Order: sequence, then structure tokens, then C-alpha cells
Amino acid sequence: MEEIGSLLGGFAVAISPYNIALMVVGIVLGVVIGVLPGLGGANGVAILLPLTFGMDPTSAIIMLTSIYWGALFGGAITAVLFNIPGEPWSVATTFDGHPMAQKGKADEALVGAFTSSFVGAIFAVILITFLAPVIAKFALRFGPAEFFAVQFLTFASFLGMGRGSPMKTLASMCLGFALASVGLDGVTGTLRLTFGHDELMNGFKFLVAVIGLFGIGEILSSMEEGLAFRGAAAKLKMDAVIRTWKQLPAMAVTFLRSCIVGCWMGITPGGATPASFMGYGLAKRFSKRGRHFGKGELEGVVAPETAAHAAGTAAMLPMLTLGIPGSPTAAVLLGGLLIWGLQPGPLLFVEQKEFVWGLIASMYMGNVVGLIIVLTCVPLFAAILRVPFSIIAPAIVVVCAIGAYTVNNAMFDVWMMLVFGVLGYLFTKLGYPLPPLVLALVLGDQAESSFRQAMLTSQGDVTVFWHNWLSGGIMTLGVALALWPLVSMLFGKKDDDALANPA
Amino acid sequence: MTDITEPQPGESDEPALVTLRTADVVVACLFLVVSAIVISDSVRLGFHWQDSVGPAPGYFPFYIAVVMAIASAYNLGRAILARGPEEQEGMTTKTGVLRMSAIFLPAVLYVFATSYIGIYVASAIYIAAFMIFFGKFAVWKALAVALSIAIVSFMMFEVWFLVPLPKGPLEAAFGY
Repeated sequence: MEEIGSLLGGFAVAISPYNIALMVVGIVLGVVIGVLPGLGGANGVAILLPLTFGMDPTSAIIMLTSIYWGALFGGAITAVLFNIPGEPWSVATTFDGHPMAQKGKADEALVGAFTSSFVGAIFAVILITFLAPVIAKFALRFGPAEFFAVQFLTFASFLGMGRGSPMKTLASMCLGFALASVGLDGVTGTLRLTFGHDELMNGFKFLVAVIGLFGIGEILSSMEEGLAFRGAAAKLKMDAVIRTWKQLPAMAVTFLRSCIVGCWMGITPGGATPASFMGYGLAKRFSKRGRHFGKGELEGVVAPETAAHAAGTAAMLPMLTLGIPGSPTAAVLLGGLLIWGLQPGPLLFVEQKEFVWGLIASMYMGNVVGLIIVLTCVPLFAAILRVPFSIIAPAIVVVCAIGAYTVNNAMFDVWMMLVFGVLGYLFTKLGYPLPPLVLALVLGDQAESSFRQAMLTSQGDVTVFWHNWLSGGIMTLGVALALWPLVSMLFGKKDDDALANPA
Repeated sequence: MTDITEPQPGESDEPALVTLRTADVVVACLFLVVSAIVISDSVRLGFHWQDSVGPAPGYFPFYIAVVMAIASAYNLGRAILARGPEEQEGMTTKTGVLRMSAIFLPAVLYVFATSYIGIYVASAIYIAAFMIFFGKFAVWKALAVALSIAIVSFMMFEVWFLVPLPKGPLEAAFGY
């Protein structure tokens, strides 16, 4: 029970008035970011990252993760009230959430969504508390070959478990790797792919890519379709909370199922969005009331929200223990850790014990604080959406531009943000997934150098990745996952689709 | 004239300007061009085994680009051969493109202007102009919103968080 002791120590770090104040600020900002189209968890955190450089790392990461929790909560508000998913992972919430609002049960839908988000997150945090130290201890023995194997598995799982076209996933991922290799080669010091342009010497900043791909891309999509918020009014009385909570224990199985699906999808980089669809699809198939899904069933709100929040939280586990983020937002947080001089990975648990446990403790606290804030302040947040989009749209472009500039104090990055914005719009429209691109851009250098180090020690023998059962097992699993789409194509399996697309 | 950002009735019947299939073909071709660029530079850097260095600097990008080229060729082929109703679906309409240009083209001008007049003045002009021309706001309302956003961000970045952003002659006149 060493973990409990460390966790209590972590609470001692996290519970200072200053950190709790940061938590509240972060969650409020996060909900606002989650509610506004064009600002999401990943680019919201990316834009605010430079503002935290002056803080000490523990406080900074508490604030940034709180923004993330807030964004996870916030997506549900627009989904239920306006049938507009504020975040991709709340698309599945609209299926039953909005019909509930139309029936005048918006309050129950919101309470249900927030509560299930909370349950999913806490489940994942408990998992992190007990699993993270074990994984970290285990990973201390990793050499370059093992690290490459884990990275390979990460990318292979995009192919094996992603929704949509695996070839488009592959193309998007390779583009990320190609962009990551631009600039100074870390091993030999050669300039690659710069074609004589000095701006490219430091390579593409992934924070800029995140702000462009998700922020500007989203604004373009929202502009294209036009946006008018005309939705149900949000009145949340305390009796709605009690009324909803009374209904929830009957859905224990759905909660548990979504928690497990969510944690799995979060640890492997499936991410919150597919997790929410899977949670919804599974509940629809197995629930007794599955036939009523889509007409305003509380269970149809609970299932995707629990899974999305569990996945969003569980994505922090591989980020902390292995230095491999499970989602674009976790990737941005990883970027932050690197800037504060902390190297995420197994050593973090040895060298920065206080930081790690403070962070884990703050995850418990942040979600409790978050639940209280969203339950009490829904009408305020819903009021943000009364602001016309013709004010919000240019303001978000300005915020994104400032965010992109502050990454490296360079106008070149702001131009790149615009380019990535167009790319983000096109990719989303055509079904090229963005998370593999972002993760490849973040991990590209690391994956490449561990590959080259492993190859160098073995003098060019590829079997080095199978030199022991550990890396061999991970590599084999990775190869199997990478080839899975090919296998299922050959045998014409269609059952995947039935599961992933709840009609 | 109404606010351009609000959807108008009857808009969903508008014929598509670009189909998903066309866009798919164009994007797959762009991917192939990128692959070609990466491969050509990797060949220059060398993608073979080097004694004492191991895989040469071009090794990793070379194979990544080859995989990217294969995947894109497959995507291109699929887009060209596609016969399904899905692929004939429209990607965007004329109204859609006009709306996107309304935010994007001024954004290009805005980034360009930032280098000369600073980010705060440029932001205020950008927001005010968008509100007046596309949102049909009264001029005084637009100016009030735009100026307050610019001033708040100035206070936040230059004064409280001490993160310097691009500034122009106006800020210089105030001594910043």
C-alpha cells in the first residue's frame, strides 16, 4: 500500500489555497473552451501553455490538467442544450441528450452527463494511482529496443483499432513523422528537409500544428455550416440532481462497461471520441432499454459520457509512465513537461516523486471541484452561447494567432498555423484522422532515435526487436494490430462497423 | 442582409461546389507530392547503413515517405474508382466557401498586418471589421467589443504575464 502513502503526500502538495484557486480558474476556463466551437482541450491547453512558464511545474500542470477536465465537462453542455457538440467526443452525447432536452428534461440530461463524466474520470484516476507506479517500475528496465516497440505499438493501434479508412490513418501518421523529421537531425546533426530555409531549422512546432489543425480547422468548419445557437434554456434546480441520481444506480452495469471501454481506449491511443461511440454502441446493444436509445434515454447520455471521460483521463497514464501520450491533449501536456525540464517516463516516478503524486492527487481534486462548478454554473456557461458567432469567430482566430506566436515568438509560426488550419479542415472533411498526425509529430524524433540506437547496438540486425520476450511480445502485438485492417479486409469482416457506428 | 454566420433556410438543397471525391483525389495527389519531396531529400542525405553512425540521416524519412506514397496511391486509386453514393456527396457549397473565405482571407491580411502594426491593433481591426461587414453589427458596438478585447489582451500579455507580442508604432507611442 505504498501508493496510498504517496498519494496522501500528493494531496499535501495539491491542497494549498494557491493550487485550489488555480484549479478553479483552470476548470472555468476549460468549460468555456469546451463550450466554444474552435477551442478544444488540445488547442486550448496549447494556447495557454506559454502563460504557465513562470509558475512552478506542479502548479502549472495542475492548472493545465484542470483546463482539460473542464473541457471534457464543457462539451456536454452544448451537446445537450443546442445539439451542437462542443467537442468531438460529445457527438455521441447529442444522440440522446438533445432529445431529452426537447422533452423538457435538459436538467436531467446535464446532471446525468456531468455525473457520469465524473464517475468515468474517477475510475480512470484510481486505475492510474495503482497501475502507474507498477508500469513505471517495470519500464525502468526498458532499453531503446523496448521503447521503440512500445512506440510502434502505439502507432499500430491507430491502424488496428481506428475507425474509418486505415490507409488514410497511415497516410496521416506518415505525414506527422515526415514533418517531425524536418530540421536538425538529433543523432548526426545534419540538416534535413529544410531546403535552405532557416525558419525550418528547428522543425515544425507541434503546438502550432495543434492550434492550427484543431482551432483554425474547426472555425472553418463551423463557418462553413453557419452557426446559430437556438436551444433549450438551462434551468438546473437542485431537485433535478436528486431526481437524476436516484435513477443512476440502476445503470451500474453501463457505468462499469463504459469505464472499462474508456480506460482501454485511453491507454491505447484510441482516444475519447471513439471511446464515446463504443460506449454508446455497446450500451445500445446490451441494455434492456436499448430499443429506446436515440429518443431521449438517460442511459444513452450516461454511456458515452462515462467512456469519453474515462478515456480522456486514462490517456495520462502512458504519458506519465512511458512518455507516450494517449491523446493529442496529453501530447500537449507532455510538451509542457519537457519545457519545464521534466522528462516524462519511468524516471519521473523516481526523480520527481512529489510532482507526480501532486499531479495524481490533483486529478481527484480537479474532478470533484469540476463537478461542483458545472452543476452550479450551467446557466452561466450556457449564456456564453448567446454571444453571436460573428463575435466569437474572429476572437478565436485572434486567440489562436496569439497562442501560435507565443510558442516561439515567431511570425513564421502564425503563418504555419493558417496552413495547418486549412489542412485540418480538409483532413476532417475527408476522414483523415488528426490524432495520429499530432502524435507522430510529437513522438517522431524519439521513435526515430530509439530505432536508430537499437539498430546501432545490433549492427543493423532487425531481429534486435525480438531479442527478449518483452520487446518481442510488444513488437509482435504491434505487427498484428498494424496488419489487422489488411486481414479483416481479406476475410471481408464487417462486424467492426456494426459496433462502431451506432445508427 | 443578415448575419453571415447564421444558416439560412433552404441552404441544404444547394448543389455541391466540390464533391468529396474530387477533394479526395486532390489531397491524395498532394500527399504524393510531399512523399516525392521527402524521398528526394532523403536520397541526398543517404538512406543506407553507415559505419559508426548506423542508419544514415535519410534512412527513417525515406521509408516513412515510401509508406506514405503507397498509402496515398491506394487512397488515390480508391477515390478515382469509387462509385458509391458516398463519394458523390458534396464536400462544400458556394455559400460554404464564401463563409469560410469571410473568416480566412481577412485572417491572412491580419497576420500580414501584424508584422507592421503589431498584433493588438491588427486584432482590433480584424474583429471590428468582421463584426461590421459580416455580422451586421452597429459600428459603435463592433468598436467597443474589438477595443476591449485588444486592451484586455494587451494588459494580460504585456503587463501581467510579461509575454511580449509583436507591437507596432501605436504601442511605441505609449512607450512600449
